[in-house]
Amino acid sequence: MKKKSFLSRVADAPYLLWMILFIVAPMLFVIYFAFTDRNGGFTFENITSLSSYSGTFVMSLSFSLIATVICLLIGYPLAYCMAKASKKARNILLVLLMLPMWISLLIRTYSLMALLDNGGLVSSLLVKMGLPKLTFIGTEGAVILGMIYDFLPYMVLPIYTSLVKLDVRYAEAAQDLGCNGPKTLFRVILPLTMPGVVSGVTMVFVPSISTFYISQKLGGGSFDLIGDTIERQFQNAVTYHTGAAISLVMMILILLSLFVMNRFADKEEIIV
Amino acid sequence: MNKNVLIRLGGISKSYDGEVVLDNIDLTIHDKEFITLLGPSGCGKTTTLRIIGGFETPDAGDVYFEDKRINDLPPYKRQVNTVFQRYALFPHLNVFDNVAFGLRVNKTPDAEIREKVKEMLELVNLKGFERRKVNTLSGGQQQRVAIARALVNRPKVLLLDEPLAALDYKLRKDMQVELKNIQHKTGITFIFVTHDQEEALSMSDTVVVMSKGKIQQIGTPTDIYNEPVNAFVADFIGESNILDGVMPEDVKVKFAGQTFVCVDGGFDKNEPVDVVIRPEDVDVVKPEAGMLVGLVTGVTFKGDYYEIIVDVKGFKWMLETSDFVGEGETIGLSIDPDAIHVMKKSEYSGLFGDYSSFSDELDKLSDATEEVEAE
Repeated sequence: MKKKSFLSRVADAPYLLWMILFIVAPMLFVIYFAFTDRNGGFTFENITSLSSYSGTFVMSLSFSLIATVICLLIGYPLAYCMAKASKKARNILLVLLMLPMWISLLIRTYSLMALLDNGGLVSSLLVKMGLPKLTFIGTEGAVILGMIYDFLPYMVLPIYTSLVKLDVRYAEAAQDLGCNGPKTLFRVILPLTMPGVVSGVTMVFVPSISTFYISQKLGGGSFDLIGDTIERQFQNAVTYHTGAAISLVMMILILLSLFVMNRFADKEEIIV
Repeated sequence: MNKNVLIRLGGISKSYDGEVVLDNIDLTIHDKEFITLLGPSGCGKTTTLRIIGGFETPDAGDVYFEDKRINDLPPYKRQVNTVFQRYALFPHLNVFDNVAFGLRVNKTPDAEIREKVKEMLELVNLKGFERRKVNTLSGGQQQRVAIARALVNRPKVLLLDEPLAALDYKLRKDMQVELKNIQHKTGITFIFVTHDQEEALSMSDTVVVMSKGKIQQIGTPTDIYNEPVNAFVADFIGESNILDGVMPEDVKVKFAGQTFVCVDGGFDKNEPVDVVIRPEDVDVVKPEAGMLVGLVTGVTFKGDYYEIIVDVKGFKWMLETSDFVGEGETIGLSIDPDAIHVMKKSEYSGLFGDYSSFSDELDKLSDATEEVEAE
């Protein structure tokens, strides 16, 4: 390995310090708490006791998977339209997409709650239109809608970037070789923008599976997701150890899914 | 050669943002012809090719393919395939899948695909490369894959957009011969775009010289070289001394202060003309035997000949001679009647002067800028 100069080591120092203090140390704490009991003795009990949370894991997983798939189905065509639009329209669409990201996630979720609440804007509109009164808050749909609403931009942006960067000659070559519009999309454009899709899926899936705020506000307390469970464990000093164990398992699950997804992208071996 | 008309362009014009790229182009392309569109960057050659391929629509004029108007036919319905500039091979597919792409789109049976791809890869000398990733191939190999990918579909016409521009000199020479062979073997019409006049002359049946969105001259390579129609063509194709002259009568032309016998005629009496004399067509003789006398101001060794710059009454000529002459020597120039080519004055007259500011280095610089030409 190349030897680093004194100056470059000084320049690296603040970042290294930050990583040690706020990333490495907390992780070590999580691992420590996950494998110790209340008296500080080593134990596997925290991990083995997690089987009682398997239902929560499955529910979190399915909610976030559904949200991710819907984000992809909305996000890819949206990104495609943006990439195809004129420069001016493109910039307007980009700002519209990013605008919500400048507002805190908590505030966005609160506003969605206000809209969907019983007697909120949406239900009163429905009533005015003569439709039956519907309940949104507290349904699976509301929680998933919250995830989609909060994380959709993270799906669109990487896909949009890979579409914009894609050399137009690949599409032209496909047409030259006999592809009409849809065939060009599925045989060339989609496979060549897979890296964008993979990072979009990651950036939606990971925050969705670990969220606790969205499920609490929009789920009306009826859905206990992994994030909620972890939060609850840490509000009580006694259950720190269980919380740490759940966090650790989830971290490993996320790492595994990232690994699988990156392999998928590697297999396609795409240079964008 | 089969003389059936395959493609006809009639009055094609095209402009981008008010800038005219093609100005009333008429062109006929015959079956099994190797035709080259030649010109400097921005002359409209690539745009012409893209109009034939269906990637651009002309603002005015019509494109006919076997007498059917195809202006509005999308690229995927045309019996035309393209070898793109820098190839545009699909990076997510290996060599086999790249070549098989067009066949798969057209739902060819698997066994037939394997057969045809194998045959094509043999044709372009890439046997055994089936499983290779395209981005692990050299430029020359990628080039061959691009040709195989296009030819495997048995198009009526193959369009080649500066396919050799990215290759080094030696490889380019080899590929020129190989392309010519492939065209011969397959009997497919090739429309080739290049800015390299040497490439155009050595490969084509027909050369179309373009400049500023207009066709300057269409002809066989020998016609283009020996009988350029104007100063632009004379300057662009090969080296040439272009002098101002006057035609007092048929087969007589006056330039450099003297009257010469030539073989051209049909001009008005005392019509001003451009006179082209190729460097290799002038004999270097003793001063007393020369029709013109000049002072050698520069000598460049070119391997099998010397390129010399000679000052004749202030006009610098470029000559080629196999005998060494030294700088500062006075020599005589002897010019045969059939070495003199007389052209009508054109908008290009006077744009290409003598060789007083000539330098090989400058020449190479301008070549390099042409290679990164915009599509």
